[in-house]
Amino acid sequence: MDQDYKKLLRNFHQARWDEPIIFEMSTPGERGVLVPAASAEVQAAVGDEAAIIPESLRRKAKPALPEVGQMRVNRHYMRLSQQTLGNDVSVDIGQGTCTMKYSPKVQEHLVRSNPDIADIHPLQDESTMQGLLQIYHETEKYMKEISGMDAFSFQPGGGAHAIYTNALIVRNYFEDKGEDRDEIVTTIFSHPADAGAPATCGYKVIDLMQDNELGYPTLEAFKEALSEKTAAVFITNPEDTGIFNPRIAEYVQAAHDVGALAVYDQANVNGIMGITRAKEAGFDLIHYNLHKTFSSPHGGMGPGVGALGATRELEPYLPVPQVKFDGEKYYLDCGLEKTVGKVRSFFGNAAILVRVYMWIRSLGPEGIREAALCSVLNNQYTVKKVSAIPGVTMYYADGIRRIEQCRYSWEQLKEDTGLGTEDVTRRLVDYGMEHYWQSHHPHIVPEPFTLEPTESYSKKDLDEFIAVLQQISWEAYNDPDIIRTAPHNAPVHGIKNYYETDPEKIMCSWRQYLKKTAK
Amino acid sequence: MLVAAILKEDGEVDMVTLGLIINPIAGVGGRAGLKGSDGEDIQKLALARGGTLEAGAKAEVALSELVDLKEEIRFLAQPGAMGGDVLEKLGFSYQAVESSSAPSSASPSDAAVTSAEDTVEAALQMAAAGVDLLVFAGGDGTARDIYRTVGLSVPCVGIPAGVKIHSAVYANNPKSAGQVIRRFCANPSTASMVESEVMDLDEDLVRQNIVEAKLYGYLTVPRMQNLMQQAKASARFSAHDIEGIASEIADLMQAKAENTVYIFGTGGTTYKVMEHLGLQGSLLGVDVVAQDGRRRIVLADASETELYECVKDAGEVVLIVTAIGGQGHIFGRGNQQISPRVIRLVERDNLWIVSAAEKIYGLEDNTLHVDTSDPELDCELSGYRKVITGWQERIVCKVEA
Repeated sequence: MDQDYKKLLRNFHQARWDEPIIFEMSTPGERGVLVPAASAEVQAAVGDEAAIIPESLRRKAKPALPEVGQMRVNRHYMRLSQQTLGNDVSVDIGQGTCTMKYSPKVQEHLVRSNPDIADIHPLQDESTMQGLLQIYHETEKYMKEISGMDAFSFQPGGGAHAIYTNALIVRNYFEDKGEDRDEIVTTIFSHPADAGAPATCGYKVIDLMQDNELGYPTLEAFKEALSEKTAAVFITNPEDTGIFNPRIAEYVQAAHDVGALAVYDQANVNGIMGITRAKEAGFDLIHYNLHKTFSSPHGGMGPGVGALGATRELEPYLPVPQVKFDGEKYYLDCGLEKTVGKVRSFFGNAAILVRVYMWIRSLGPEGIREAALCSVLNNQYTVKKVSAIPGVTMYYADGIRRIEQCRYSWEQLKEDTGLGTEDVTRRLVDYGMEHYWQSHHPHIVPEPFTLEPTESYSKKDLDEFIAVLQQISWEAYNDPDIIRTAPHNAPVHGIKNYYETDPEKIMCSWRQYLKKTAK
Repeated sequence: MLVAAILKEDGEVDMVTLGLIINPIAGVGGRAGLKGSDGEDIQKLALARGGTLEAGAKAEVALSELVDLKEEIRFLAQPGAMGGDVLEKLGFSYQAVESSSAPSSASPSDAAVTSAEDTVEAALQMAAAGVDLLVFAGGDGTARDIYRTVGLSVPCVGIPAGVKIHSAVYANNPKSAGQVIRRFCANPSTASMVESEVMDLDEDLVRQNIVEAKLYGYLTVPRMQNLMQQAKASARFSAHDIEGIASEIADLMQAKAENTVYIFGTGGTTYKVMEHLGLQGSLLGVDVVAQDGRRRIVLADASETELYECVKDAGEVVLIVTAIGGQGHIFGRGNQQISPRVIRLVERDNLWIVSAAEKIYGLEDNTLHVDTSDPELDCELSGYRKVITGWQERIVCKVEA
């Protein structure tokens, strides 16, 4: 049966291969690759290869790797891929705060196939990779234009890494000034890393709860948190809830009034790029997650780039190397006098920069602004439809528009039917949708889920996702057992809401599995 | 039955009928440090220790919110300390419900002879008379008495006057209770109602430092988020949070002068923090700690008078209190020993509010409440405050009366 175009619901069913773990497929002697012996020339230059490795570092036994032939390996991973859902096969507007969008495949082709990009070694001479360095330099110019900041570093490998680097800059800056400031201020709906990364850096954290009418903390509360001990404020805007604080400049001013720096977490700038800039709000440091807003395939654990922007005053603290242009050639500059140093090997995730460069070049300033407008428009449509689904409520800021995403609650559904957000997300898979993102911690909005319909999604995509939520809501009120036993059409059925907390039962590797099951 | 007949004859359907029951003895054990007022022996002991009767005064604060509605409200009440006195004082007219044993004045000795049976009898009559709303002033024990009499059949509002208030049927404070009643009266037939928990602790166990809140039932109360209390959240905080809070308190104490004294308020959080500091505190009592030389408890499970005498001449007084469960009260619930005159000895920066972050997240209105019985002090304590939620962790939270 085809998709029911009236109901927009698919008769979806996923593959179930009942695949073993690759270690279980191991047959002694089976080989994927026979590594050829080194040539005589190499052998002569190296001599006894085993001797290169110091005795103390040498393995006593061979590594217990699975022994599997190429064809079987290929089939194994193809099968596993059929048992997953992701950006290329599913409408994943459910991944709120992740800014999932279509990353044009041409970007992948260039990054993977163009030898001038794919074959670059980070240690080769600068003169032989002028093109890549130019991409860095030009992308920095675009970022400066979009943010209004004076300089960028593309060293950090992700958002939290950029926040940590910003905290390092804040620390070094006040050390130079001779000021003893050991507190940072953040808000409860900012990303948890805005509290966590500075805390790792040694800062005390002061958190602000939202005002229920505004959806973000009042200026009065914010001022109460600030003092001569405050080193910086680390805030997101719009926050996780999708609510934008239009008075953000006053908050920044309040921080500056006590001598603190203002750090802007713009990991997700999708709804406001080309519309409002960090500079005009007065921020000293910012970061963009390039892999999110500026289009690069991403999932858990990267690859990513946390592009870190600074004012002229803080530029000397940026990580090195910086890509500079002397009028004739591009070069790597490690000479920043007050730099916080290197925060990542070589010069960061270059492949992401190439994709981002292509994305920005293909859209242009007008296109970027339009992408923001489209994502906001998509969200308004989604909010209107989803908030009308029985069992769904929205928290805070009644009647105020969300920008590019929205945190909803199934609290009412739970009260009415006993089924909450975990139950709904398990059932989503039965209609071919990835599970959605609930919320960052803490779960202040009860039974939360967060949707972010970026500019990539068509009205049809949105309608399909909304139809699935409507269907699940209907089922919860009328046929709850089908949800309790979900998923039915996924490779694994009837998953329970269950979290293992016993360390003895948590196994992160095959070796651990063998060890713990042997007991 | 007699009252019901009278109402029918009057036939004034537009008037709102409120039943009023004051448990005059409620709260008497609070200032005396007795963790409650249940049982005749405890009540006598409380009065002997200088406990005062405040339930009437609290009802008066609540009902003062309604004086301009005199013409639209009809009260049913027992004469004397259980309602009539307060109504007469405020100039409300009321119809008396009959009772064989109701005392006729608010003098302590008379109030002390009221019993749970008086509450039950009055509630029974009011329910039969078909009151629109049953207003009662008391604590968890009073709420239980009301529950076993009327169940869910009659809409109720509690004026907090007891020592222990774990039940969610009470307003945040007496003034809020007045506002809830006022809003209800504006539209009795369409007011949004909710069934809220009636909970209580076993006072005998509590005096042995064992806290077990038990759910006794539900009453129907108006759903007014910012005015009505939430039932006290169960203590779900993890050991990790408490350790962090204890480390933070230890760091802060380190930085203080030697002649500083520390008052640890009631509750599981402060109790556990003391445990981490190597001190055996009292769970629902107030303890005083000094650390000139050696860290030690200098006064355990103090009454208000003992507490005041102990700290009034100290170099500096630090007060460590916690939010009580989902209600978020830092003063006025289970810690009446920390009276206004004690609180006034504490400088602003020396009031250390500690709480597991989860508890703060769970506050329905994001607000901590104070109900010291001194409106001026409540006002001074109001505003935004930093709450210690872990080692090097604070959450800024609003404090309101």
